[in-house]
Amino acid sequence: MTLWQNYLRPKNLSEAMDAFAHAPRPLLPIAGGTDLLLDLEQGRHSPVQTLVDVTSIEEMTRLEIRDDRLFIGAAVPVNRVALDPLTVRHAEALTEACNLIAGPQVRNVATLGGNVAHALPAADGTIALLVLDVQAEVIALPREHRDDVSGASDNERSRSAVTRKIPFKDLFLGPGKSSLNHGEELIVGFYLPLTNYHQASCFQRIMRPQGVALPILNCAVWLERENDLVKDIRIAVGPGGGTPFRATQAEDTLRGASLTESTFESALEGLLAQAKFRTSARRAGADYRRHIVSGLFGETLESAWFRAGEKTTETRRH
Amino acid sequence: MTNKISLVVNSIQHSLEAKPNETLSDLLRDRLRLTGTKIGCDEAECGACTVLVDGEPVLACIYPAERADGKTVVTIEGLGEEFTAKHAKNAKENKKNLSDLSGLGGSIALHPLQQAFVEHGAVQCGFCIPGQIMTAYALLERNPNPTRDEVRFALKDTLCRCAGYPTIENSILAAAESLRTGEPVRKPNVPDSIHVHNSVGHTHLRPDGIEKVNGKAIYTDDLVFDNMLFAKVKRAMIPHGFLKRLDISKAKELKGVLAVLTANDIPAERNHGLIIYDWPVMVGVGERVRYVGDAIALVAAETLEIAIQASALIEAEFDLQPVITNPVMARQEGVPQIHEKGNLLKHIKVRKGDMEKGFAESDVILEHTFHTPTYDHAFIEPECSIAVPEVTVTSEVTVTSKMNIYCSTQIPYQDRTQVARVMGWDESRVRVVGQLMGGGFGGKEDVMGQIHAAMLADVTKRPVKLLFDRHESLLVHPKRHATQIRIKIGAKKDGRIMASESELYGDTGAYASLGEKVMTRATTHSAGPYDVPNVRADCYAMYTNNPPAGAFRGFGVTQSAFAVESMIDMLAEKLNIEPVELRRINALHVGSITNTGQELRESVGLMECIDRVSSAMCQVSGLSEGELFKPRVIYETDSYREGAKDTKTLVEEGEKESSRSSRLSGEKDSHLVRAWGFAAAYKNTGLGGGAPDISNAEVELYDNGTFEVRSSSAEMGQGLVTVMRLTVAEEMSVPPEQVKVLVMDTDLTPNGGPTTASRQTFVTGNASRYAAKTLRDAITATLAEKYDVKPEQIRFENGIVHANGHSMTYAEVAKEMKALGQHPRALYEYEAPKTQPLGTGGDMHFAFSFGVQAAEVEVNKLTGEVRVLKVISANDVGMAVNPLGLQGQVEGGVMMGLGNAITEEFLMDNGYVVSDRLARYRIPGIMLTPEITSIIVEHPTAAGPYGAKGVGEICSIPTTPAITNAIYNAVGVRVDKLPVDQESIAREIWEREEK
Repeated sequence: MTLWQNYLRPKNLSEAMDAFAHAPRPLLPIAGGTDLLLDLEQGRHSPVQTLVDVTSIEEMTRLEIRDDRLFIGAAVPVNRVALDPLTVRHAEALTEACNLIAGPQVRNVATLGGNVAHALPAADGTIALLVLDVQAEVIALPREHRDDVSGASDNERSRSAVTRKIPFKDLFLGPGKSSLNHGEELIVGFYLPLTNYHQASCFQRIMRPQGVALPILNCAVWLERENDLVKDIRIAVGPGGGTPFRATQAEDTLRGASLTESTFESALEGLLAQAKFRTSARRAGADYRRHIVSGLFGETLESAWFRAGEKTTETRRH
Repeated sequence: MTNKISLVVNSIQHSLEAKPNETLSDLLRDRLRLTGTKIGCDEAECGACTVLVDGEPVLACIYPAERADGKTVVTIEGLGEEFTAKHAKNAKENKKNLSDLSGLGGSIALHPLQQAFVEHGAVQCGFCIPGQIMTAYALLERNPNPTRDEVRFALKDTLCRCAGYPTIENSILAAAESLRTGEPVRKPNVPDSIHVHNSVGHTHLRPDGIEKVNGKAIYTDDLVFDNMLFAKVKRAMIPHGFLKRLDISKAKELKGVLAVLTANDIPAERNHGLIIYDWPVMVGVGERVRYVGDAIALVAAETLEIAIQASALIEAEFDLQPVITNPVMARQEGVPQIHEKGNLLKHIKVRKGDMEKGFAESDVILEHTFHTPTYDHAFIEPECSIAVPEVTVTSEVTVTSKMNIYCSTQIPYQDRTQVARVMGWDESRVRVVGQLMGGGFGGKEDVMGQIHAAMLADVTKRPVKLLFDRHESLLVHPKRHATQIRIKIGAKKDGRIMASESELYGDTGAYASLGEKVMTRATTHSAGPYDVPNVRADCYAMYTNNPPAGAFRGFGVTQSAFAVESMIDMLAEKLNIEPVELRRINALHVGSITNTGQELRESVGLMECIDRVSSAMCQVSGLSEGELFKPRVIYETDSYREGAKDTKTLVEEGEKESSRSSRLSGEKDSHLVRAWGFAAAYKNTGLGGGAPDISNAEVELYDNGTFEVRSSSAEMGQGLVTVMRLTVAEEMSVPPEQVKVLVMDTDLTPNGGPTTASRQTFVTGNASRYAAKTLRDAITATLAEKYDVKPEQIRFENGIVHANGHSMTYAEVAKEMKALGQHPRALYEYEAPKTQPLGTGGDMHFAFSFGVQAAEVEVNKLTGEVRVLKVISANDVGMAVNPLGLQGQVEGGVMMGLGNAITEEFLMDNGYVVSDRLARYRIPGIMLTPEITSIIVEHPTAAGPYGAKGVGEICSIPTTPAITNAIYNAVGVRVDKLPVDQESIAREIWEREEK
């Protein structure tokens, strides 16, 4: 079985869009390919004519500060995301999540773009990005150019490709369902706000050592601390629904409050009321997830809280 | 639109045409013939295919070849050269350090990592080793001084099924040190046997160690023959039904297809099997399909792709039948009968004493039922067979005069028999040439592709390769039996066990394989290693529509030991006697009578194992005996979860840091609780039960003064070749490097019998020893006559033979003997002491090994998560012939036992296999490796070579119950169904607390 015929390696977005416009279809973009190639090999995805490898697209492999935002290219390997000083400083939760994705060999090629494009509601990278107030940059082929026979030059085509920024959560329609049309649209990268000294984040998860390779539960918390008050907070838990779940009720409870056992308990109540925990065969029962989320949420929240506190102390010292 | 791929591999520039569908591993293995990069799973799970691309370790199996364009790749083959080139001035030094490795392969450039892996015994079957070393190399390039945790983090997903994780870790640290200091690689600290001789009992290196670290080792899939075809087996993929219609016409028409065979093409016998021939070579139209893996057609084609495509074009229709999913259901009345003789393979009975009296005399009676699931061996090397025909052409016909079969097998002579039966040939027309094996563990005893490859090669008259992918391997080969075990046990207040009754159900799946023998062992061992006066055990080994179950390290005893050792701890609690003490009271000892009526006359080291593990627990933990089995609450000072960046520090109660009083959980208890658990076991060495237990070995002295020892017994990583070499070196008084070993070839090596039942050190060790002795006697007789001295005046010392003032090298001896018309070669058939069938009393086995393990676990009371922190393992092995190999067996045994307890479960759904990829069958990785303390106990057995008995299985058996007993001691949850399920633990705790 030939899983792919042509393998294209565009060097820039313009070449990528050109490939999208003209290469034989069916066509798919491939980044690390650590999920996609297995899907092809194991018959979960039908064979394609063309794979467009995006890992040589310069724009997509950058990790840098742009104005007041941190840009992480969608094709940056997760290992680099995990270890880069910029992410370590500005996106602790994301580095923690990336450190937990598979093993080192896979992390050296797997990408955040791929992690997100699969649209799993509990992917580690996704849950971390969800609390980091991320915007995704997406480039799309204009519909009329898909079967371009006008003989327009590459430059004309690249000009006609449209780039837009969308809120991170808008990338998800349902379990395994991305809002993007793969082969016509492409995630270029992610923009994250920079973290101030009194802000911090944390990611943790609970696994099961047997069976399928997915976490039972993961959790990310970002918060801003003002002395003993939670000034602002974002909480994500996966899988807490068909799309990546933000515990907004718990956030509302904690925002502006001090962090005590009783505020934590009411936040937890809010989280449990809002989250839709399901029973997944051979992974976890819904009641088990409800039971253990208190500890996981507590530990994650506590870590973020202490981190933000330590940073505040550091700031004062300076 | 063909692209070019330009890449540098191991410092050599290549420019190749791009091919559709090609991965980097295909390019390296098939086009550049760099076969050191291994394919274990082909699904990015095992790490065996790790290579460096631009300095970063990646999985070649999932790396598109075209992406490597413009990049620099380093594979295992390039590592030694790379290192030597980089450190040219140290190279000489390095080679000097290798002096004691020399003789294993001449002048070799090795990276210190490669050297350390050999010297520390990290190399067993060797199949995962290229991946381990490449991953470690990338780590050391980035971080020359890693901590143990950093090593583990880097090797997280690089799996080793021999599970030499502790030695892998030590090797990497030793190599790192050598690289930093320029000093030679530090040697491991492995104690010699207490019964040490000149060669046996000391640490020596594996004869195949170097080729396994430099990528030169050849496994079956690495072989290429001219004109080779590729085979694919069409499988039923339904668990139970009748094949109604089979249409192969489309497959036959496909271009590139050379043969499509069905059951109609089976030349002679239609079934194969190890003892019972009940397994169809292929299921024909109108015949019964009994499990998803049943073969219905075979394809041979020019490429694997075409073969797969052709297989997909074969159309089959089935008349589906109700599925028998478990052995209890199989025994119910009115259910479909899977085989002509019914669903019962065997009812196995053990009877001793008077049960009524035994229970009447008991003050306490307990009864409980346990369940164990199916397990897969998950050897990293999947099955591969290549059949290569030798063809004789006459004017009328072309016939296969000989079929050579290259494969990975534990029983080469059995493969030969089974192939010959199906082909209708004399056995002499078949030659089985076993290759290096990437693990076996019992899973390579049954014939897999050998017969199919031979049939296709015979029809096409071309070499045919039949390689299973991981998916096929998981679906098809026999597993460990799932069991249900009910035990009723009665004891007096003082702890003496008076009666033990057990009822076992074993799921032998669709075909018998070794099911009867495996379940017999489960049954005879189901009262534990204890002296129990009254025993009754009944076992029903049942056919079901699950994949067949057969041999798997532990051979049934793994299952019954879990049940009975859990029971012993339950009894200890009921009687209020310490678990260790209860085992001491009942332990088998010299003079005991086993369940099957065998008097133990020697070599029962169980009590010493119990005592030494007991004191080691206190030593390792700093706890008093009374505290070991009590829960200890642990306060975490930082996240303990996997991947947490900060080093974990945990403090026990009493040392709790005050700064953590602001925990959200307030002053509530920590969720983390630790405790120790304890378990004992015994396991027979050898086939037993009246089966003649024979091994043949041959020793030859060559003209250059070196020896070769030969036997068909299998080397699957366990170290038999080292044992054979040491034994001959010992008897001939030569350095071990002077002895070559040849195994697994039915034309060149005499029959060593099956590699199973922990028997090879004993039987082939003895055969090698006696063959060497026979040769020595022949030399003695020749020289005594020539120099006219008494035979006892001929002395063999340090590679020199002394006769009445004459000193001769072995080269001179060889010349001398040949001059006298004698061939310096001796064949010896060793037969182990006779045994008796079950039920007839007397000696059912000629030796038993004993093992005791203790495990410390940490349980999270909230989530139910379990971590195994420490394991102490004491094994009475009679005598440690090969201490370095023994260490590998013991550590690997613990890890396999840990997998059995914690991570592994072969999932099925109504006869369909859910665990059909390695991603859905979790074997333990290095992150789960506890601190392992090995204690070697040596109570020699008179008939064993230098006193040795088996170790391969016993070291893996007590691990699971030690862990589950520890879980009970920590949180009061009795695990009676494997594997340990964190959700059930958590649920039981919260339900208890809600009450």
